[in-house]
Amino acid sequence: MDSFRVLVVDDEQDFLETLVNRLNKRDMDAIGVLSGERALEEVKKKLFDAIILDIKMPGGMDGIEALREIKRIQPLAEVILLTGHASVETSIEGMKLGAFDYLLKPVKLEDLMMKLAEAFEKKDSHEQKIRKARIKDLMRFPGRVFDQEKEDKK
Amino acid sequence: MKSSIYASLQRKIISITLVVSFAPLLILGGTIYYQFDRVYKDKIEEQMLYRARAQAEAVDLFLKERTAILSAMADTLSFQDLKQEENLSKVFQVINLRAGAFVDLGVIDNSGEHVAYVGPYNLKGLNYDQQPWFAEAMSKGLYISDVYMGFRRLPHFVIAVRRQENQQIWILRATVDPEIFGSIVRSAQLGKTGDAYILNKEGVYQTQPRFDGDILSEAILSTTMFGRSATVNKEINGQGRRLFYAGSWLKNNDWLLIISQDPEEEMGGLFATRNVEIAIIVGGIVAIVLMTVFTTRLAVTRLREADMRMNELNAQLVQSDKLTALGKMAVGVAHEINNPLAVIQQKIGWMEDLLAEEAFEKSQHLEEYISSIRKIDEHLERVRKIVHNMLGFVRRMEPHLEDVDINATLYQTIALLENSARINNIEIRTDLAPDLPIIAGDQAQLQQVFMNLISNAIDAVQKDGLIQVKSRQTDSSHIAVNIIDNGPGIPEKEQRKIFDPFFSTKSAEGKGTGLGLWVSHNIMEKMGGNITFSSQEGKGCTFFVTIPAIIPEKK
Repeated sequence: MDSFRVLVVDDEQDFLETLVNRLNKRDMDAIGVLSGERALEEVKKKLFDAIILDIKMPGGMDGIEALREIKRIQPLAEVILLTGHASVETSIEGMKLGAFDYLLKPVKLEDLMMKLAEAFEKKDSHEQKIRKARIKDLMRFPGRVFDQEKEDKK
Repeated sequence: MKSSIYASLQRKIISITLVVSFAPLLILGGTIYYQFDRVYKDKIEEQMLYRARAQAEAVDLFLKERTAILSAMADTLSFQDLKQEENLSKVFQVINLRAGAFVDLGVIDNSGEHVAYVGPYNLKGLNYDQQPWFAEAMSKGLYISDVYMGFRRLPHFVIAVRRQENQQIWILRATVDPEIFGSIVRSAQLGKTGDAYILNKEGVYQTQPRFDGDILSEAILSTTMFGRSATVNKEINGQGRRLFYAGSWLKNNDWLLIISQDPEEEMGGLFATRNVEIAIIVGGIVAIVLMTVFTTRLAVTRLREADMRMNELNAQLVQSDKLTALGKMAVGVAHEINNPLAVIQQKIGWMEDLLAEEAFEKSQHLEEYISSIRKIDEHLERVRKIVHNMLGFVRRMEPHLEDVDINATLYQTIALLENSARINNIEIRTDLAPDLPIIAGDQAQLQQVFMNLISNAIDAVQKDGLIQVKSRQTDSSHIAVNIIDNGPGIPEKEQRKIFDPFFSTKSAEGKGTGLGLWVSHNIMEKMGGNITFSSQEGKGCTFFVTIPAIIPEKK
């Protein structure tokens, strides 16, 4: 089975690097970027199972904006928000925009792993549902070809 | 210091009030008394003067009458006639019948020889040449003597009339009955202390006074103090009593008729009135003093209470301000700490991850590294908790409103803590009002407050104790929850600080962050309630939580 693909977005270089290293050490395919803009570039290039997104990144695109774009590009990627206390309200807003959950910084790796596991599970079941639906769809309309790209854009 | 301000204020108010109320009372009382006294005395003096003058006139008239009849007899009868004692006796009878009060009657020739005499004493043949009255009578023609003892050795006075008959000069002399004369004078005596008597110019009693001496003795009173006409004087008498004297001179003689009176007797009515007045004034003064002291005390006590309340309120405001400022600062610091904390945590985690790799397994101090990393991690966790707690109440700044059952919340909280209480043999007793309304509030926040307070109570009691949790509706808009423990209480010097952030009494390291009460306090303030406490060292502590009873809107 392939490793889970994880994108970590945080403006704190030290934090980002270390977290990416630790996730990779735990058999994940993790990469890190320092800004929302860079994250969008990555998302456009590659599919991710989960995206860990710091909500508060001074300068440049803010977390919520990045989230909105990411969800538009990759609706199936589960986004876990990292937040300080002051931005909890923003996180709740983020949940409404389709984020999977939020975690308070500083976060213990165990907690983050747990959350990731939940996210993967959800994503899996979500994808399976979609597949089942597609199969049913094909059974009903055998001539129709499912266009993933088109479907995503809806 | 503080109480002396109130004491001096009280003194000032009392003294000013007393002065202001006493002054008119005393002035009025004094004026009324003075006026009364003056009018009364004037009246008494007037009355005494009148009586003295009237009495003097009566005595004058008495003497004039006696003198006149004696003169008439001397003028109409001759020496030869009167030498005959038969005739003299007849005359004596006539004058006693017409005028009366004569004791005897005698005829004295110009050599002083008593040639004829009618009366009870054996005076015939005595020679009066050397007697002072004889010379006076011979020169003046008419003479009324002062009282003297004379040959008969009894106090008496005489009226002598001179007659010139051709070459013959002789004197008709009569003695006035001192008893009758005295009784006429004494008829002016009044009451129990009144006196009436006659003094001659030298101040010798001419009649027997009622008090203070005998006839012919010298009176204490000096006649010079009475002017020519009738006057009144106040003098101290022999017994040390102050008396009123009214004197009136008799015209024919240099005698002074004196009426004396004790003003106390005369002025009894006035004194009774004065006593009533004094009683009323004294009563009034006592009433005013009592009322003034009472009302002033009441007012000053109220003032002191109000001041105390205000000071308390000020202290609370200062405390509240301090907490808010500290809170803001603490939150700022916590935020700043958060990011480096996250990095440290990840780095430590990374180190731990790397240590697990094979290459390090042979390292000499591997165990040391691992345990150090664990320790760092542990302490990082503490820091993280502190930051979380500090920021805990910042989260959800606006408490959201839901239906809260206070009692149910309390039961839930107690259930969570019951285990640790049971381990330490602490009983948690509940006394919850069954009819508390469901209120609109933030249950999670309330639970956090209850949790903090009850777990604090458990920590305070430590072992074998009792914690009581009570809930009551205090009024239509407030619910009170009291948490009472029988632990060691809070030392007085620490009581001011217990709501300060990072202030903890829990000595064991890492046991308390010192944020529980601070956060609880802030939560309750935001909710519109409050937390207070009262504690006595050694006797436990009670926390009072007041929760605004906002009734949820009907959905």
